[in-house]
Amino acid sequence: MQEREQNVPTQPGYHTGVGGARDGSGENVSRIGAVDHPVRSHADGRRRMNRQDLRKRFRPGEFLIEKAIAIIAFVSLATIVSIFIFVFRETLPIFSSEEKPAAVVVPQEEETYGDEFVGEAAKNIARSDRSRSSETAGGEGVATLENLLGLVWSPVSADPRYGILPLVVGSLKVTLLAILIGAPIAILAALFTSSFAPRWSKEVLKPAIEVLAGFPSVVIGFFALVVLASVLQKLFGYQYRLNAFVGGVAMSLAVIPIIYTVAEDALNAVPRFMTEASLALGATKWQTALLVKLPAATPGVFAALLLGFGRAFGETMIVLMATGNAALISLSMVEPVRTMSATIGAEMAEVVFGDTHYNVLFLLGSILFLFTFSLNAVAEIFIRQRLLKRFRGI
Amino acid sequence: MVVGLSALAAFLIIGVVALVMGTIVVGGKDTLTWEFLTMAPREGMTEGGIFPAIVGTALLVIIMSIAGVPVGTVTAIYLSEYASSRSVLARAIRFAVNTLAGVPAIVFGLFGLGFFVQFVGSGLDSLISGEGQLRWAQPNILWASLTMALLTLPVVIVSVEEAIKTVPQDLRAASLALGATKWQTIRKVVLPNSLTGILTGGILAVSRGAGEVAPILFTGAAYFLPHLPTSLSDQFMELGYHVYIMSTQSTNVDATTGIQYATTLVLLLLTFLLNFSAIFLRSRVRARQVQ
Repeated sequence: MQEREQNVPTQPGYHTGVGGARDGSGENVSRIGAVDHPVRSHADGRRRMNRQDLRKRFRPGEFLIEKAIAIIAFVSLATIVSIFIFVFRETLPIFSSEEKPAAVVVPQEEETYGDEFVGEAAKNIARSDRSRSSETAGGEGVATLENLLGLVWSPVSADPRYGILPLVVGSLKVTLLAILIGAPIAILAALFTSSFAPRWSKEVLKPAIEVLAGFPSVVIGFFALVVLASVLQKLFGYQYRLNAFVGGVAMSLAVIPIIYTVAEDALNAVPRFMTEASLALGATKWQTALLVKLPAATPGVFAALLLGFGRAFGETMIVLMATGNAALISLSMVEPVRTMSATIGAEMAEVVFGDTHYNVLFLLGSILFLFTFSLNAVAEIFIRQRLLKRFRGI
Repeated sequence: MVVGLSALAAFLIIGVVALVMGTIVVGGKDTLTWEFLTMAPREGMTEGGIFPAIVGTALLVIIMSIAGVPVGTVTAIYLSEYASSRSVLARAIRFAVNTLAGVPAIVFGLFGLGFFVQFVGSGLDSLISGEGQLRWAQPNILWASLTMALLTLPVVIVSVEEAIKTVPQDLRAASLALGATKWQTIRKVVLPNSLTGILTGGILAVSRGAGEVAPILFTGAAYFLPHLPTSLSDQFMELGYHVYIMSTQSTNVDATTGIQYATTLVLLLLTFLLNFSAIFLRSRVRARQVQ
């Protein structure tokens, strides 16, 4: 809307319009008015002149530039779409193999289950330098649904098992721990900055959060691996040095900045009249913060938790370095775990392009993508609409 | 009680940040010498420096910026200057940018492998390298940089858009009133006035790109290379990846503790420096917004 109004001065007709208005019966006015309706009054003519002359003039250069800019702007959209396409594409052979498990000689180059010595596939292997790791056994497993939903993940054994459940459990365990540890700290800190903090402490805390957000995840992973793991083991005396708990604590460092930032935004967006009313009724500062501000900001805080959850679920380097990477299913928090992201990170570099193991790793990636995608979408709805509605429609 | 708890949480965060940084500084400062920065690894990577990793990281972020910053800037221009906020396309692009920001880094890595290496690379190979040759269809610095450029695109877009928004409407109106076309106005008025924002976006993207390891795990990073990358189809060493392999994959992890700490310290200092210059620049942009 605003943009259209802004455009007005660019048009040459604008100057004519000003001229016409100034001298009342300028030639411009009558000339342009004359085109359509020679007998109309001045006032009417002026209106028509505006409409006709203010029309946007067609400029080929401008037009091309605008189109070029629009096309480049589509890169982001195209990227999302192609992530969908290309990550899912590599998972498809898993599902097609289910229908015809006894594939004879599969014509596609990508599929190499059990037919590595057919000429076509041999060329395929030559194409990929990774296959030199000679994991021929890895190529023989067929990822049936039963196999995928199994409880064992051992993709490089003679009888490959692609049960992704231990990995899903591992991811959930670390993520939940990270949220359980990180969220209270982050939300309390957000409450502190938005309600109680004296100026100077805000000026220390905010940069600290920014620094924390700027820590590369490999740095956090390194810290967890060489320092945190030993300290926590000494403190709690559990058996394995690297485990889900260490991963969760380290991961909480990665989610605190996100949760803090979004939650603080939501807390600051609570209208002043609500807090002022509460204070005026005699509530203390902390009562106001805890019983008025925090409930009013619930959708934003919830969105913050979702975003933190998504970040932790997809984070790779921290869990790769700090969780021990053993694909176990157990409820214990102090046993090693292997998450989905860490599995991709650790195994993708050693896998034969196009074999079942490779496809299953892409399947893990698709699950990660879909999961974080939906989390973000839901979080966005909560931030944008709920928050706005709630504050506007009180 | 609540006040105390929340203050405690706040100071816990500050304390942890200080602790992490302190540990890494103390652990790495003795190994961090000029020789360490300018020499290649020796003796099976248990001695020597990290020069190739520094060069590799620099090349990675340079190629990434060349590819990513212009695209991000143009997208921001489109979103803030051309597209009406209610248009379906603009909303779709905005949604895509937000989604892109939330996609896990490892998924970008998979995408880089599936799209750049396997799809574009194979296509290029069959076009120019001739049948059976393998030049582009394998991980290299170009594919890693492009993957990273896509990962950092949202960072650039958001900060450029923020800067463009602070350019006063009056300036645009004045330019348009003088007869400049829309593109002339953008090029001569809007862009020069948002240069700081573009710079901020670029710096933030570089900082993010230098710190991410997951996307390059299988799109181009290498354990060890005896020579520096000389062409876009070469693999490269990278600081973050170096930290990862030195601390988890190397044969003698304990012998290289000093190198690990010092490499981490270099990486941390690098991102720290970049982030602080970005924060400084951004505060200048925001100060203008207030005026």
